[in-house]
Amino acid sequence: MPCKICKTTPVITLPNSNVSLCKSCFIRYFDKKVYKTIRQFKLIDKNDHIIVGVSGGKDSLTLLSILNKIAETKKDLKVQALLIDEGIKNYRDKTIKDAKEFCKKNKIKLHIYSYKKEFGYTLDEMIKKLKINSCAICGVLRRYLLNKKSRELGATKLAVGHNLDDEAQSILMNQLKNNIELSARLGPITGVAKFENFIRRIKPLYLLTERETATYAFLKKFNSIYIECPYSKNNFRNHIRDMINDLEEKYPGSKHGLVMSFLEVLPTLKEKYKQGKVKCCKTCKEPCAKEVCNACEILKKLRS
Amino acid sequence: MPKLKIYLEKEGKTKQIEAVTIEEILKKLSLNPTVYLVSVNDELVIGNYKPKPKDKIKIMPVISGG
Repeated sequence: MPCKICKTTPVITLPNSNVSLCKSCFIRYFDKKVYKTIRQFKLIDKNDHIIVGVSGGKDSLTLLSILNKIAETKKDLKVQALLIDEGIKNYRDKTIKDAKEFCKKNKIKLHIYSYKKEFGYTLDEMIKKLKINSCAICGVLRRYLLNKKSRELGATKLAVGHNLDDEAQSILMNQLKNNIELSARLGPITGVAKFENFIRRIKPLYLLTERETATYAFLKKFNSIYIECPYSKNNFRNHIRDMINDLEEKYPGSKHGLVMSFLEVLPTLKEKYKQGKVKCCKTCKEPCAKEVCNACEILKKLRS
Repeated sequence: MPKLKIYLEKEGKTKQIEAVTIEEILKKLSLNPTVYLVSVNDELVIGNYKPKPKDKIKIMPVISGG
């Protein structure tokens, strides 16, 4: 089956269809889909200063590359990168190298902050001390630092490389844990516009699958090594991911179906769980839903 | 059926498989085609591609990170 558009050798058969595309037609298709997502969900405004949360992996480098390309043509848009070094031996050190090289090559300002410097411990040290689920600690502290540092850097939006697979997993995880209120905080743009302490998050890769993003990153030669977080092996998300991928193999289009039907009900969920006044943590003054934020609770346990 | 030398990036291992198409290779290795990319001589190919015995075939997972 040749490329549907130019009849040359294909590099991918698109998920959810029987269409095959060659390298240049696929890159064009991918770029266009990101631009369409940005327009459809109004992810970027005039004079936005976008901080892109990067890990050095395929999703974040793909996102950074596309947003940087947009910024080169729009004088009113500013794009910079922010990397959080959790301190995971033999993992994060490798992806930091990729992120640094990428940003240097593309002349993008990269800001790096570490758990060690900000909290006094690396994630490896925290896990040894607290003996609790690594993803629970890491997720909370990572989100906390991404928001805080983006704000301090003057960002108006925080862009993250979440793709369609990530969203499908989050939707199903929340369903299975009976936590629909958390699902109300999903979608291509999140956060409360009027609360200035909270930087709104945008997900321009929202409608693209992990497979499409990996194909794009490979074709653009962003990074070439396979690397997986050593703590992710037995987490809940991994089980859900495998389950969705099994379904996708047997019933193609399942992932799209899950996310598209979710988008239909998302406005109703957002209305139902409308956030009233966002509180500030009593300890650190960062935005949170309770008196004391989850990050401060973790740090209190660490320091006790 | 040609005997093909295949490099599995996730495991860091090389295997020999008798197959005609990329689709058959993945099936014989029990790998879900929706979560792997396959390159032949460093170019991405799709399921119905027929590699030759001397080709450099690499199977890469699309999932990485955490």
